[in-house]
Amino acid sequence: MKITREEVLRVAQLAHLELSPEEVEMYRGQLDEILAYIGKLEQLDVSNVEPMTQLLPGTGADVANLHTPLDSALRDDVVRPCDVANLVLAQAPDAAKPFFRVPKVIDR
Amino acid sequence: MREALTTKQLSARELTKAFYERIDHENPKLNAYLALSPERAYAQADRVDAAIAKGDPLPPLAGIPVALKDVLSTAGVRTTCGSKILETYTPPYDATAVARLDAAGAILLGKTNCDEFAMGSSNENSAYGPVRNPVSLDRVPGGSSGGSAAVVAAGLAVASLGTDTGGSIRQPGAFCGIPALMPTYGRVSRYGLIAFASSLDRIGPFTTNIADSASVLSVIAGHDAADSTCAPASVPNYSSEMHRPLAGLKIGVPAEYFGPGLDPEVRSKIESGIGLLEKLGCKPVAIRMAHTDYAIATYYIVATAEASSNLARYDGVRYGLRVSGNTLMDMYRKTREQGFGPEVKRRIMLGTYALSAGYYDAYYLRAQKVRALIARDFSQAFEQVDAIITPTTPTAAFKLGEKTSDPLQMYLADIYTVTGSLAGIPGMSVPCGQTNAGLPVGMQIFGSHFGEARILQLAHSFEAAGGFTM
Repeated sequence: MKITREEVLRVAQLAHLELSPEEVEMYRGQLDEILAYIGKLEQLDVSNVEPMTQLLPGTGADVANLHTPLDSALRDDVVRPCDVANLVLAQAPDAAKPFFRVPKVIDR
Repeated sequence: MREALTTKQLSARELTKAFYERIDHENPKLNAYLALSPERAYAQADRVDAAIAKGDPLPPLAGIPVALKDVLSTAGVRTTCGSKILETYTPPYDATAVARLDAAGAILLGKTNCDEFAMGSSNENSAYGPVRNPVSLDRVPGGSSGGSAAVVAAGLAVASLGTDTGGSIRQPGAFCGIPALMPTYGRVSRYGLIAFASSLDRIGPFTTNIADSASVLSVIAGHDAADSTCAPASVPNYSSEMHRPLAGLKIGVPAEYFGPGLDPEVRSKIESGIGLLEKLGCKPVAIRMAHTDYAIATYYIVATAEASSNLARYDGVRYGLRVSGNTLMDMYRKTREQGFGPEVKRRIMLGTYALSAGYYDAYYLRAQKVRALIARDFSQAFEQVDAIITPTTPTAAFKLGEKTSDPLQMYLADIYTVTGSLAGIPGMSVPCGQTNAGLPVGMQIFGSHFGEARILQLAHSFEAAGGFTM
């Protein structure tokens, strides 16, 4: 398969990256090569395989010491103090407390 | 070291100072530390010294100088992820693993260099320059946790934490000649670890010996309500479990990890390592893991897809770099263009492509299915054997600049480590002699889910029998 320049630009736009013309050409070639390598996955018949969505096994000796099942990692819904707004805003490149300031989005 | 502290031959403050002096002297040639945190370190040292003076009981890592990969959040200490986009970022809180080391009395010396956002296999993708391998300065230390491996190998910290997504703890451990452990997914909380690929990222220790690996793991492991993927499983006493004898253990040796790409010198060392384990009472069993050859392709879809999503947060609004633009979109794009390095952009592009409309089924969904097959290879193997032994890497440490022009060749450096990452199982690299050129070789031990104690048991007997220097 061959990745086109237009596809690279489309992906860059989706990813919010403003690539230089040199980068567009470099990534076009590299993505082409990497995707050609990744194409080897097509050799496998996966029609009867479920995609992996859970990393840990649900049963078995290894997880016998789990206190609760792994698929129910919910905690109690209780209010806890979280007084960090000033600390967080202190890291912002442009803060106008209690807001983050950005270029104007809506014109009126 | 603990004995020297408790018998008052040495104070924690003196020890900390000695490490900083050594760092001042050695770090300029290694570039392994990005930032030092003397205020935090000396304050902790003074707390430890006060506890010793009063005769208070000491926590398990009291006074032990440690280093942290710069993707782990540290309150009040700059955390860059090796990226320009976070050059000015100082987290307001500690990662859980960091807070647990701190509570255990460890002295946090500073933050270590790494590939940008942990993306790389040589540490050459850091925005702050490459790390050099302390064993041979013209070679890479491995990546992405190259700085964390180098500081421990060079004696600039007693232990360090790294992170492993596709091999980023084990591979630098192998290249620098020290034990390096990637725990089971969910064994150690990821809270405060700045995310690369959330279904793959793990935190684990670099040390110079297995007893220290066990001590550090005991401190950082265990459930954390702040990370919903952190398993509510009890933590064994690794320091006592590792002393169990090996007699009767079955170790799987998968043919797929000993194929044509494996350097003959590395192969011969690993075969000697397996021979030593056999002498210690293990029974080697030839096994097959049919989907090994598909692991790199699978990994570079899953990891980049997750990265493209995780790294969307760097937009110049809330923290880090902002490059101004006329519109909000213009600002986002300019900030990301200038803030990210080439490998990070490459992976964001690849991941965005794999998730984009029309390609999702062909790439991401297919990769998640192959991932299930790779995990099944492991679960079937562990029905027959207690652990699996492989080389950690196909070659010893390569030279700086040797692979930078070819991303795909660099990705293939992780060929033996990504499998365990995809399966969620623990893996450890332990030193297994040197090549004729004096470069360290790493032997990888895979265990089943939550099988860290079994891995440490094998590693400890191997170490005690002289396996590290064979």
